[in-house]
Amino acid sequence: MLNYKFDWAIVTSGKYFEWLVSGLQVTIKLSLVSITLSFLLGLIIAMMRMSHVRPVRWFAHGYLEFFRNTPLLVQLLFWYFGSYKILPQAINDWLVRQDFEFAAAVIALTIYTSAFIAEDIRSGVRSIPKEQMEAARSSGFSYIRSMQYIILPQAVRLTIPPLINQFLNLMKNSSLAMTIGVAELMYQARQVESYTFKGFEAFSAATLVYLAMSFTITGLMTLYDRVVLRPFKGR
Amino acid sequence: MVGGLDFHVVWENLSYFFLGRYPKGPIGGVALTLYLAVVSLALSFLGGLILGLLSVSRNRLIKWGSTAIIQTIRGMPLLMVIFWMFFLLPALLGGGIKADWTIILALTLFTSAYMSEIVRAGILGIPKGQMEAAVSTGLSHGQAMIHIILPQALRNMIPSFVNQFVSMIKDTSLAFIVGVSELTQVATQINNRTMLYPTEIFLFVAVVYFIICFAFTELSRWLERHLAYRKSI
Repeated sequence: MLNYKFDWAIVTSGKYFEWLVSGLQVTIKLSLVSITLSFLLGLIIAMMRMSHVRPVRWFAHGYLEFFRNTPLLVQLLFWYFGSYKILPQAINDWLVRQDFEFAAAVIALTIYTSAFIAEDIRSGVRSIPKEQMEAARSSGFSYIRSMQYIILPQAVRLTIPPLINQFLNLMKNSSLAMTIGVAELMYQARQVESYTFKGFEAFSAATLVYLAMSFTITGLMTLYDRVVLRPFKGR
Repeated sequence: MVGGLDFHVVWENLSYFFLGRYPKGPIGGVALTLYLAVVSLALSFLGGLILGLLSVSRNRLIKWGSTAIIQTIRGMPLLMVIFWMFFLLPALLGGGIKADWTIILALTLFTSAYMSEIVRAGILGIPKGQMEAAVSTGLSHGQAMIHIILPQALRNMIPSFVNQFVSMIKDTSLAFIVGVSELTQVATQINNRTMLYPTEIFLFVAVVYFIICFAFTELSRWLERHLAYRKSI
């Protein structure tokens, strides 16, 4: 360690810098695609979880418990290595024509995160007083329309901080995609390390980038809390 | 048979899944997963307690310093912490350190940061009057913390600790990346050897993790109800 020669230039310019930048781009793309899909899926699962139809509710409950209580890494390996036997042939054919590593990572991250998001949405909805739903129903809205126009707009406002938090987790979790060969930031940092033996510099650079992203997201959450939620909390 | 899946590969390797090469070799599989999780959780309890206490310190330097450490660790992916450990520990200690211990230290460092937030929230959740009453009976701030505040706070934290244990079990799967033969690593080994049954193997492994984690999730919910009930009397 003492006679280690630091060479920061390799991670601030040139080929290896470009590797890290491309890794960062993949990380951002993977996180954004997955958070969008997880939000949509999470919303559906949350609605199903609150449904009055028992089998639908049970299915959603099982979905939540199963995917929340299984490691993301195992889910990732399952979708990457093992999903071909349970998916219909048409979907398999379509998947292999895509960037399959990326697609598998999106599927795993989306399903895993959607289970957490669904719970966040559900607790947001549950924090809206029951009378709101009753009032909406008695003024003639259907269950779905009451949700759509009355309950969800209020619930979403409360759900945004936990959603931002899920985005932060998702961004950090996306690093696991390196295990199935998605060339995101962590993968590229490791590549730089194995090509140059300058692991200290490569990991420092990647760490700084991750921290910058985390602190930006945390900052957004604080900002939202101050600007949007504070006026409502005051009442 | 579920949709043409063949679970023979699972039954034939059952002992390998649960115990690794034990008794002919070192222990692995589910047993090692639980071992890693328990040891790391015990250590992170200590780490989290220390960091949590430091983060509510009245000394600003200590408070800010510990908060900076906590936030930095929380801002990093666990995988990054693991790589740092693998990379730095041998350099700092000037020699090889067993992979098991590297992963335990990485999990401990990572989880301590999360635990410290639980501890901090637990301490701040105890009404201020308790500390004032304790200090006015002649206890020092430190004594009041140890004898009055912490025992109550720790009790409220029990469900969160159990939840953290569930996260820990899930996190031990990352040990696979550095070649520690816990459940996920064992599964990929069997998959690499047999080639034809990835679906069956990873489904089985997911179910095993699920059973363990779900049991503890339910325990945590039960404790939450139970402890809340006792408190209200």
